[in-house]
Amino acid sequence: MNSELATAVILDIEKIRKDFPLLQTKVYGKPLVYLDNAATTQKPFMVLQALDDYYARYNSNVHRGVHYLSQQATEAYEVARRKVAAYINALHEHEIIFTKGTTNSINLVASSFGRKFLKPGDEVLISAMEHHSNIVPWQMICEEKGAILKVIPINDQGELRMERFDELLTDKVKIVAVTYVSNSLGTVNPVQEIIQKAHAAGIPVLLDCAQAIQHIPVNIQELDADFLAFSGHKIYGPTGIGVLYGKERWLDEMPPYEGGGDMIKNVTFAKTTYNELPFKFEAGTPDIAGSIVLGVAIDYIQKTGLAAIRQTEEDVLNYAYNRLAAIPSLRFIGNARQRSGAISFLVGNIHPFDMGELLDKQSIAVRTGHHCTQPVMDFFKIPGTVRASFAFYNTRPEVDALVKGIEKARQMLD
Amino acid sequence: MTIKEQQDNIIDEFSFFDDWTEKYEYIIQMGKDLPLIDEQYKKDENLIRGCQSKVWLHADYRDGKLYFTADSDAVITKGLVSMMVRVLSGQTPKEIASAEIYFIDAIGLKSHLSLTRSNGLLSMLKQMKMYGMAMSGKM
Repeated sequence: MNSELATAVILDIEKIRKDFPLLQTKVYGKPLVYLDNAATTQKPFMVLQALDDYYARYNSNVHRGVHYLSQQATEAYEVARRKVAAYINALHEHEIIFTKGTTNSINLVASSFGRKFLKPGDEVLISAMEHHSNIVPWQMICEEKGAILKVIPINDQGELRMERFDELLTDKVKIVAVTYVSNSLGTVNPVQEIIQKAHAAGIPVLLDCAQAIQHIPVNIQELDADFLAFSGHKIYGPTGIGVLYGKERWLDEMPPYEGGGDMIKNVTFAKTTYNELPFKFEAGTPDIAGSIVLGVAIDYIQKTGLAAIRQTEEDVLNYAYNRLAAIPSLRFIGNARQRSGAISFLVGNIHPFDMGELLDKQSIAVRTGHHCTQPVMDFFKIPGTVRASFAFYNTRPEVDALVKGIEKARQMLD
Repeated sequence: MTIKEQQDNIIDEFSFFDDWTEKYEYIIQMGKDLPLIDEQYKKDENLIRGCQSKVWLHADYRDGKLYFTADSDAVITKGLVSMMVRVLSGQTPKEIASAEIYFIDAIGLKSHLSLTRSNGLLSMLKQMKMYGMAMSGKM
């Protein structure tokens, strides 16, 4: 824990919860206990209002119209880009590309970087705890280019085996793509070390920040990652919008991902020249509303304070971990020393699906299954896990409800 | 007993339950009581892939009727599976192929037959009807 966090105060959660209309919902007649935040987070009023406001007051296409509304929309869209750049401390605004989400961002890099830089026999290095979105795009481009996908293994705690990383980081590797925080295990990876070692060998690094950006302050200039991907909907913004950060030098060298409007400078049937950054990678009408509203979600986080958010989440996460650890026959899947956001577990021989079903009936929303990380489940030889994932609006009484719910389900299933 | 009578019986049994706990305890009990599928039939080609729980289904054709045995690795799914077996097993292929399954909805478990649930139950029902259709020609 750094000094900034040590001084952060725990938020007044009851006050915070009033900002989120959906948290007032009842499910099966009881107050909803929402513990599926790693899948998607709920949205504050501010965000909902901004969405409404855009369509009600200045909906218009960007970068093309000379008319008043189009200028307003364009201005708001570019302000959003500035907010994202400031949030991760990017050097240039044009290093921020708006995408559909983390998956889209990673596909963009795998495809464009891969087409330009991968040759037969080259290697792409990922980790064994990646989400399918950071596996499959690389498999596809590797297959196309005759390159080889290599995998950093994990240990029984669900941590990366860094000694194996050192061995795998050969001069054949052209890019390293790893997650900052595991979505199924909650492990926080030593990304600083990974980036430093990769850079020492002249290899660029993509960081999947889908599960980090809402929990951990990310300073991209300090981290020095070459690419960073995240989704708007996991950071209290809308679905369908995401971000790719890329260092200018890489984005300049990479070919466009999709062709269409906005990404061109000049089109003739003989030849098309491409627009400059960031527009080169934003073909077609972008998700204007989504981008603007993502900017407002970031405003909400800045206003609340990420350090306070982190402190508050750590408090509830530690409380949950200790309460869950006291349940007989409960075992954690993934027990990393550095954890953020999510706790995965199994109880006795109970199938995660049965547990999830009976928790749902008690108005507790958790995730069950493989969490789109089938290789992780194969490693632990389990069909899936039950995953409770937390946001700063989750309370200790909600954790108590979860524990009580698990006990009841266990009695029913035994 | 016809498919309709089997379904109506299940609906009757469920009408006694006041809350979800009793209902689910009954489903769990049915899951536990389901006669085990013969180990030799618990193979990959009999596996119906749901997203979360696995379901195995085996069909036998004897004297113009189809007999099903099934299993699942999740006990609630197994309970649901056992009801489906109870309703459709021992009926003629033609009746199975054309059966209208309404009891799941009537006992308040409609979501279990939706695509979003991905517990394999919908795929299992489709597979049972496929067996029905495939064997209809042999009657």
